[in-house]
Amino acid sequence: MAANTETISAVEKATKDYKYGFVTDIETEFAPKGLSEDIVKFISKKNDEPLWLLEWRLDAYRKWLKMNTEEPKWANIHFPKIDFQDAYYYAAPKSDADKPKSLDEIDPEILSTYNKLGIPIKEQEMLAGIVGSGNVAVDAVFDSVSVATTFKSKLSELGIIFCPISEAVKKHPDLVKKYLGSVVPQTDNFYAALNSAVYSDGSFVYIPEGVRCPMDLSTYFRINAAETGQFERTLIIADKGSYVSYLEGCTAPMRDENQLHAAVVELVALDDAEIKYSTVQNWYPGDENGKGGIYNFVTKRGACRGVNSKISWTQVETGSSITWKYPSVLLQGDNSIGEFYSVAISNKKQQADTGTKMIHIGKNTKSTIISKGISAGHGQQTYRGLVRMQAGADNATNFSQCDSLLIGKNCGGHTVPYIDSRNPTAEVAHEATTSKISDEQLFYVQQRGLNPEEAVALIVNGFAKEVLKKLPMEFAVEAQKLLGVSLEGSVG
Amino acid sequence: MSTTLEIKDLYVEVDSKEILKGLSLKIEHGEMAAIMGPNGSGKSTLASVLAGKEGYNIVNGTIKYLGNDLLKMSTEERASSGVFLAFQYPVEIPGVATSTFVRTALNAQRRNRGEDELDAMEFLKLARQKAKELEMSEDFFQRAVNVGFSGGEKKRAEVFQMSMLSPTLAILDETDSGLDIDALKIVAEGVNKLRDNKLSGIVITHYQRLLDYLKPDTIHILADGKIIKTGDKSLALLLEEKGYQGITGAN
Repeated sequence: MAANTETISAVEKATKDYKYGFVTDIETEFAPKGLSEDIVKFISKKNDEPLWLLEWRLDAYRKWLKMNTEEPKWANIHFPKIDFQDAYYYAAPKSDADKPKSLDEIDPEILSTYNKLGIPIKEQEMLAGIVGSGNVAVDAVFDSVSVATTFKSKLSELGIIFCPISEAVKKHPDLVKKYLGSVVPQTDNFYAALNSAVYSDGSFVYIPEGVRCPMDLSTYFRINAAETGQFERTLIIADKGSYVSYLEGCTAPMRDENQLHAAVVELVALDDAEIKYSTVQNWYPGDENGKGGIYNFVTKRGACRGVNSKISWTQVETGSSITWKYPSVLLQGDNSIGEFYSVAISNKKQQADTGTKMIHIGKNTKSTIISKGISAGHGQQTYRGLVRMQAGADNATNFSQCDSLLIGKNCGGHTVPYIDSRNPTAEVAHEATTSKISDEQLFYVQQRGLNPEEAVALIVNGFAKEVLKKLPMEFAVEAQKLLGVSLEGSVG
Repeated sequence: MSTTLEIKDLYVEVDSKEILKGLSLKIEHGEMAAIMGPNGSGKSTLASVLAGKEGYNIVNGTIKYLGNDLLKMSTEERASSGVFLAFQYPVEIPGVATSTFVRTALNAQRRNRGEDELDAMEFLKLARQKAKELEMSEDFFQRAVNVGFSGGEKKRAEVFQMSMLSPTLAILDETDSGLDIDALKIVAEGVNKLRDNKLSGIVITHYQRLLDYLKPDTIHILADGKIIKTGDKSLALLLEEKGYQGITGAN
């Protein structure tokens, strides 16, 4: 079925609420539907993987089978049971076989997709590999498999590795073998086990000792094939005294069937290292009735393994029909720091159960949690966070602030903080507020000349400011626009 | 055409209760009109109806603003065409810097009018100039809109916004309430600096003292939902002396 201009414009017209709701026509190579050892072997073979990794995947698959009755049920989300045998687990653009060296060689359909996503010209130039065109390196993940990786040479001069994880497995097997699954074990949870078995590809980053990565590393994810589960696997290692800022941003085309996404992201920070991981997520949230949106079950966890290390998660979650996500930090090293800054929007029938876990293990560890939840329409939003002070976490401190903003009468905001302190010298502070956008506020802003949607966007951006300012500049601008777009139709 | 605003026979209900009962009022270009009246007479309702707040049922009457049917315009259309309401209780918007707010508003209005938006530098230059004219410190540019402002600061910030948006019709809804005499003077002087032959104003107040500084051209007494007396400054003095009952003749 060709997505010609007419089709695209028809789809865009039909889905004008979601401006990225279009479909790119690329011949997709599917594995057959369903999940079995054969499918796991197929994916491993497609990626040309070594035996150890195949065995690791099969091991995960067998563990997942045993967990099959253990789909997490504690989250405040409701959806029809997923038939894991009724989905595809592998899809790759055909052009993958012959990886392009420049923009000219990239499928025009993909380029046009980038254009529709509003990827800045500058970054497109960087995709084209034009030297000196900027300082954001993009590892573009298109439908599971990376089709373009840029700035490799600039990064490799510093010894930085930034490549698809499938490539890292071949070129840097020792690093992958050492760290893969070391933060999120195969059996961590149901979705992590599934991911370990069938992950298609993802990004791999290694920053060598003492190196400060000179640019924000950036990956655009995009789910493109109908009924294809997306199972990305990201592994970032910051060696001693290094620093990296990593950006992840995503949009997805419109589909009728629910699309399952179960990514795993693992971060490792060694002594004195710092990782800053920022996400702007805008996957299709479903229609007015919640039909067709992405199911996003993500396991993101960082380990502050070294002394004085720091891991910071910043997320802006506006998309998906269901979000199940708890970017967490294991504060193992003494004096290590964990941060979680989150803005999440639930509009229409969206459901989000999101938060973080800060596990304080080392002495003098410190964590900060700032969560801003916005509910509109029939959206339901739950902040769920755990702060645990282990027995050895002397003088550890945590500060948590969870604010909910409600727009309209039919939405819900919930805060579920778990605090578990096993050390008498540790300090935990939790603050929570719930507020509404009042008619007075809306009238005041409209009286100054803004239409109702602009007014809501302004007020919401003010509410989320504390988190937005943590994002890298270009991401912050994008995120501000996204908050407005995501809340369109929530008033009036 | 020299009339800015013409209200004819306006009847307005709130929650099925009649508040304005046949109010008529005409404001010419450059005219500053004061509306005085006892509590519950409908002063703030009039301000809200003019600005386009929801929840007011217009039962009867017409409002012409610069020749257009004001009641057919949305709140933001009214703002963009020059209607400005200085709020009796300015609203807090946490996290939004005052300068961001005013710039967003100004550019929204310019966009609605088909004018080019001001860039950050042009805006800052204008904001600095206006702040200087109003003898305000620039510190408040970065403070969140009305958050933690004192009563006087809120009212001055309203006047600053007004000066930035340069309206055609400014409605000051009890701008004097909660101000001590010094703050009152400053606010009134701020408004006076904005007065020219293009700006028309409606000053809603309980008290004579604001009018000492604002010097309105006309004074209207609003009681029980309509204008019952119109006059010049002497009317305000009379009111001060005799009270509303003395003027309305009620017991």
